Amino acid sequence: MAEEAARAGAAPASPSNADVEDVLDNLSAPPKTNLIGALQEIQERFGYLPRAALGGISRRAHIPLSRVYGVVTFYAQFYTEPHGRHTILCCRGTACHVRGAARVLDSVKQELGIDEGESTPDLMFYLETVACLGTCFLAPVMMIDSEYFGNLTPRKVETILRQYRDASQ
Amino acid sequence: MKRLESPDALRKLRTDLASRAGQEAVIRVCSTGCRALGALDVCEAFEREIERRDLGSRVRVVRTGCHGFCAGAVAVVIDPQGIFYQGVTAADAEDIIAETVLAGEVVERLCFTVDGEPLPLQKDIPFYKHQMRLVLRNCGRVDPTSLEDSIASGAYTSSARVLSSMSPDALIDEMFASGLRGRGGAGFPTGRKWQFARAAQGDPKYIICNADEGDPGAFMDRALLEGDPHLVIEGMIVGAYAIGAAKGFIYVRAEYPIAIEHTRAALIQAHEAGLLGENILGTGFDFDIELRIGAGAFVCGEETALIASIEGLRGMPRPRPPFPANSGLYGKPTNINNVETWANVPRVIEIGADAYAQIGTDGSKGTKIFALAGKVRNTGLVEVPMGATLREIVFDIGGGIPDDRPFKAAQMGGPSGGCVPDDYLDLPIDYDSVKKIGAIMGSGGLIVMDDTTCMVDIARFFTDFVQSESCGKCVPCRVGTKRMLEILTRICSGDGQPGDVERLDRLGRMVLATSLCGLGQTAPNPVLSTIRYFRNEYDAHILDKGCPAGACQALIGYRILPDVCTGCGLCLKTCPVSAITGEKKQPHAINPAICIKCGACYEKCRFDAIVIE
Repeated sequence: MAEEAARAGAAPASPSNADVEDVLDNLSAPPKTNLIGALQEIQERFGYLPRAALGGISRRAHIPLSRVYGVVTFYAQFYTEPHGRHTILCCRGTACHVRGAARVLDSVKQELGIDEGESTPDLMFYLETVACLGTCFLAPVMMIDSEYFGNLTPRKVETILRQYRDASQ
Repeated sequence: MKRLESPDALRKLRTDLASRAGQEAVIRVCSTGCRALGALDVCEAFEREIERRDLGSRVRVVRTGCHGFCAGAVAVVIDPQGIFYQGVTAADAEDIIAETVLAGEVVERLCFTVDGEPLPLQKDIPFYKHQMRLVLRNCGRVDPTSLEDSIASGAYTSSARVLSSMSPDALIDEMFASGLRGRGGAGFPTGRKWQFARAAQGDPKYIICNADEGDPGAFMDRALLEGDPHLVIEGMIVGAYAIGAAKGFIYVRAEYPIAIEHTRAALIQAHEAGLLGENILGTGFDFDIELRIGAGAFVCGEETALIASIEGLRGMPRPRPPFPANSGLYGKPTNINNVETWANVPRVIEIGADAYAQIGTDGSKGTKIFALAGKVRNTGLVEVPMGATLREIVFDIGGGIPDDRPFKAAQMGGPSGGCVPDDYLDLPIDYDSVKKIGAIMGSGGLIVMDDTTCMVDIARFFTDFVQSESCGKCVPCRVGTKRMLEILTRICSGDGQPGDVERLDRLGRMVLATSLCGLGQTAPNPVLSTIRYFRNEYDAHILDKGCPAGACQALIGYRILPDVCTGCGLCLKTCPVSAITGEKKQPHAINPAICIKCGACYEKCRFDAIVIE
């Protein structure tokens, strides 16, 4: 359900309890021994970590909710609120930095009208910076979901983002 | 694949596969790093062309890992001749098949050139000629998603030999004798580390592969897992046997989707083939590996933080001792090495400790992979013997600086390392020599900087990085780096005060001496090393309010050269704040009172009429 809604480009409603229970029933990573893996699976499914799922994990694995929450807020890649369905990771690594990453990031922000850590109002994009994508030969580089875009210039950024927008229409 | 029941069965399979390889032509396309530039389209174009010409039985396309020469993406190697083509696109597939594969001719336009002369053979290209590709040997040759391909190239030979004919103690002696030191940064002798874990009391024991390669500018671990995952797995099997571990973990950062995909596939294949899991190759040794994926925390590259993360906790480091060898994962003896170290292990066994110890310098044996990036022509992955000089790496292999600008410094070791100035271009690089000059070998990131890179800005950049990645557990790192960042930021924005450099130096030494883990203990290095070698740049920012490199926005201005400007009007249209005025076909001018120094005009000008001052 949540996935379909996200694919249609609409803001996903918060998932029903039945959806959450269903995901928790079918986790391949046992939360007791692999909490981070379990959280990743839940996020993979809903695009973020719904409150009900965190409570469910805590109850099922007998881990205090405070500890689950502590883990969720420690790692940069966990989100407790719905966010854009395409995640843009702008690299701010050294190689990108010396090749003009700041300008690339600025152009993404300008094009989408959002700041780091924010989603566009239509929940199409979510913008984040990352320490290094390990693709320094492509610098400056960004990644959208699991696709890399290298040797970027502000103009290329515009074209790429517009392609994503056009593809969804 | 059918389960292999003995080391002999593996040997036989390898011989069979090798004899089958025969005389066919092989087109090896880098499909990992080059994927971002269309490598998969190139593969498909080759396959279409092969099918169209009905060459299926004579020509094979192999989707390999990184060839190393990332500047030449998409990179393709044609075997058996060993011809190297760069910048290949799908449109080139037809010519390559017709001319090179069928007619044996070289497509000159795709060759690497030196002074206009094409160098068709990979082995002749300076980038490769000066390297020693021991660990990366199969990276760029084998299909990392094919176990058969890896086995044909020798994968699991070393682990099979160790399991069937060596005692754990003899194995540890062998690692000692090889002189192998940890490639993750600290350079701790691998043999000794294994010995500690072997001697430790506790059951079960664990081993971990640290693939949380977080240093900005380092990508060798990524390339190894993407391009030759079985090599890393094999190394872990050997290590597990040495210390007596039954379970291992590979902890990969989430930013590496291809590495995750290939590692996951390789683990399943190795398991099915009986090379991993219960009763490996019928030798009675049980060992399994689980893949864990990071969730975006740089500090998890620190071993105790990584262990906490696997345990499902916040990835915060804890004081050592106890060291993981005695009390690691779930409080059990744990041996943790990084990807490149594990990848070296099968090679040590393969060539023998004595031969391995012949490579390198007195204190540092073997080869080191460097990720060469920044202001350098041939960006990519290079593997050289320990003791190679920066000049060899940056100029002979790297091809020097684009536009022949002057070399200013090489940043080595990422946020834990330092900037090495040109005085040390001829210093043989090993763990100890690099440490002496204020940098560290680190994981091997090597970012080249030219005269347009501001060293104060670089120091600020790294401090910003460690500050935001500091986990916050200990005060020196959490608060100290914050104060350092504040000082650096004000220097870069023109508000530096006399005495700031001394303050930075004092603060840096304090953070270095008192932080809890490796992150804080090395965080001031980029600042301290730039103060040591580039003090004049700090003074220029603080005293003269200028940035000699022209990089710090607040300290520079843009000016249009009236005699070069053609009055095309492009800058005028580009300026977001309308700071530029001028009549068509007349020289334009920038009003410095309005200019926000965004540099947009500078980028757009086609006549180099705009200068930074």
